[in-house]
Amino acid sequence: MSNFGTGSRYEPKNTTNGEERQLTGEGEEEDEEDEEGNGRGMAAWERAYADERSWENLQEDESGILHAIDNKVLHHAQYRRRIRSLFSSATTSRIQKGLIRYLYIVIDLSRAASEMDFRPSRMAVVAKHVEAFIREFFDQNPLSHIGLVTIKDGVAQCLTDLGGSPDSHIKALMGKLECSGDSSLQNALDLVHGYLNQIPSYGHREVLILYSALSTCDPGDIMETIQKCKKSKIRCSVVGLSAEIYICKHLCQETGGSYTVALDESHFKELLLEHAPPPPAIAEFAIANLIKMGFPQRAAEGVVSICSCHKEAKVGGGYTCPRCKARVCELPIECQICGLTLVSSPHLARSYHHLFPITPFVEVSSSLVNNPHHRLPKTCFGCRQTFLAPGNKSSFHVACSKCNQHFCLDCDIYIHESLHNCPGCESRRFQSK
Amino acid sequence: MASITSKLYSDDVSLLVVLLDTNPFLWSGENTTTNSLSFPKFLTHVFSFLNSILLLNQLNQVVVIATGLNSCDYIYDSSSSPTTVESLENGRMPALCSKLLQNLEEFLARDQELNKDESPPGIASSLLSGSLSLALCYIQKVFRSGPLHPQPRILCLQGSSDGPEQYVAIMNAIFSAQRSMVPIDACVIGAQHSAFLQQASYITGGVYLKPPQLDGLFQYLSTVFSTDLQSRSFLQLPKPVGVDFRASCFCHKKTIDMGYICSVCLSIFCLSLVRLTLVLLQLQTGRGRLQNPSSILD
Repeated sequence: MSNFGTGSRYEPKNTTNGEERQLTGEGEEEDEEDEEGNGRGMAAWERAYADERSWENLQEDESGILHAIDNKVLHHAQYRRRIRSLFSSATTSRIQKGLIRYLYIVIDLSRAASEMDFRPSRMAVVAKHVEAFIREFFDQNPLSHIGLVTIKDGVAQCLTDLGGSPDSHIKALMGKLECSGDSSLQNALDLVHGYLNQIPSYGHREVLILYSALSTCDPGDIMETIQKCKKSKIRCSVVGLSAEIYICKHLCQETGGSYTVALDESHFKELLLEHAPPPPAIAEFAIANLIKMGFPQRAAEGVVSICSCHKEAKVGGGYTCPRCKARVCELPIECQICGLTLVSSPHLARSYHHLFPITPFVEVSSSLVNNPHHRLPKTCFGCRQTFLAPGNKSSFHVACSKCNQHFCLDCDIYIHESLHNCPGCESRRFQSK
Repeated sequence: MASITSKLYSDDVSLLVVLLDTNPFLWSGENTTTNSLSFPKFLTHVFSFLNSILLLNQLNQVVVIATGLNSCDYIYDSSSSPTTVESLENGRMPALCSKLLQNLEEFLARDQELNKDESPPGIASSLLSGSLSLALCYIQKVFRSGPLHPQPRILCLQGSSDGPEQYVAIMNAIFSAQRSMVPIDACVIGAQHSAFLQQASYITGGVYLKPPQLDGLFQYLSTVFSTDLQSRSFLQLPKPVGVDFRASCFCHKKTIDMGYICSVCLSIFCLSLVRLTLVLLQLQTGRGRLQNPSSILD
């Protein structure tokens, strides 16, 4: 129970929705609230205490004064842990990644998905984040395909086939959000195994299961199915929403995937988006294959032709397949007439940063910074933000080990997560070694 | 186009980041085809243009980054102008010109010092990838500054030819700009079209223009590139004409319609090879960039 009897107003800086709320001095007694089933009865200000737990954003320093937790440094520390784990096997060794991926997303729509511990319900939260995940996935892996499978009433059904267009998947998912019955892991794995066996050998086969239930109702021996998947080299990963289940853990260990359980909504989003970048390749797929692809030119404006995806006449725009001269509307796509994969060079370029990642920046030790003998830069090289916090002490920042330019924390995160170029290295023609 | 949650923009306030090409090979008069325009005349056009941007709206900001031969750096930032007495007479015009010129001179001196003895053959390309990366980092800082901020866009005044070694870095910058919804406009003042900038404008939704008459550069700049993003929907701006997205094969460097792609490293070949040594060699030598593959294939 926390009781703010001091009568002072405090504005928490960290809020999940970006709005600013104020705690008044009257204080609140925390009731032992049951989080489920209480959503409707509470007013908005009550929900702020039940859901957001804003008192957890405070901590005391040694003199007993309350401060907000410095989220920026925490966020950066978290980001650096993640980067370090990705680069853990020394930066000199380069891990080969699976760039052409065929991923099936299995969504559990059993009875357990209607639980309200994720607001408004697990199913709605999963659908929302799967939409964001699909867009992010195609952004990072333009040559890959996604298919959707749902588990309902103990039966697995294929919602959409393997395809490369995000909108068709999202539309199909949003139209079918009802949950009932039990969930069956084996049926889902059998179905996915059947589909993934048909794809060409250079593609990486992956399954991502979003599992809400705590049990599975299987018609046969699930261990056999797991061995079948392992033999077909399908990499299965699971993101659980309820609790850790042994069978999911065993499945992921056998097939080389990752098993994580979400604690809350933002954690679930983070875990889901971790599957967007390409995973390390399985050894058997390391053999390089040459895949025939076409690079269509844009058709001239004003040309009338029948489009092969919509089967109707269209004017202008579109692309012409170089092999069979059929017109397609958008790229990347597989030509419906001759089956040639059609891409454009930016689609290939989107994956280059996976092949040539930049090394993480190193922290600048504070002893070096405050030493007056070393003349270090006072502003971030990328955004010209000054490092000097009030009080003339240099705040925490990082530097690139190749070009020795200093960057602030926000630029560090932006460069490694979105830009994938070090501005310092790109701005120097001759690197001094 | 990637979907990003909408941010609150001030209505027609813009932040313009100008990337100025200061490659001495471009301006030295060796390729006389471009030189109906000398560097000083070019700067007068650019100064007038920057002043007109600042006069359009009190809250507009201009940042100038120089794209040099050996380095890139910030030259001018209108939001950091000091409020001294000189800046108040005649508006900010004298202060902008003098400050910009001074910083530009210092930058060019530093850039020249970085010249190593082994000068690159022919007309070298300037470091467009570096200045694009700097511009995007600055724009991210502006995004973080609060809920209400100017709408950013980038204008490249580029004349040097495209450097193929920068392809990957420029494409990374273009995709990052597309995700942040920052349009990249391009005004090409060199002799030939720039395929990189055509792709950049097409992918990010900017405008690409190669003015036929460089004497009237200010007119092109003020009619095409000075309007803010809100007003662009009401104007007839130059449309993208047939951007060629075909790739060129790594073995012969010619553009191809159909090719073979390696499933591991995404290299493009026009012949069907039985054994692909490229990937193995690159992994063994651990080189970071796709160097000239045809030399490895021989």
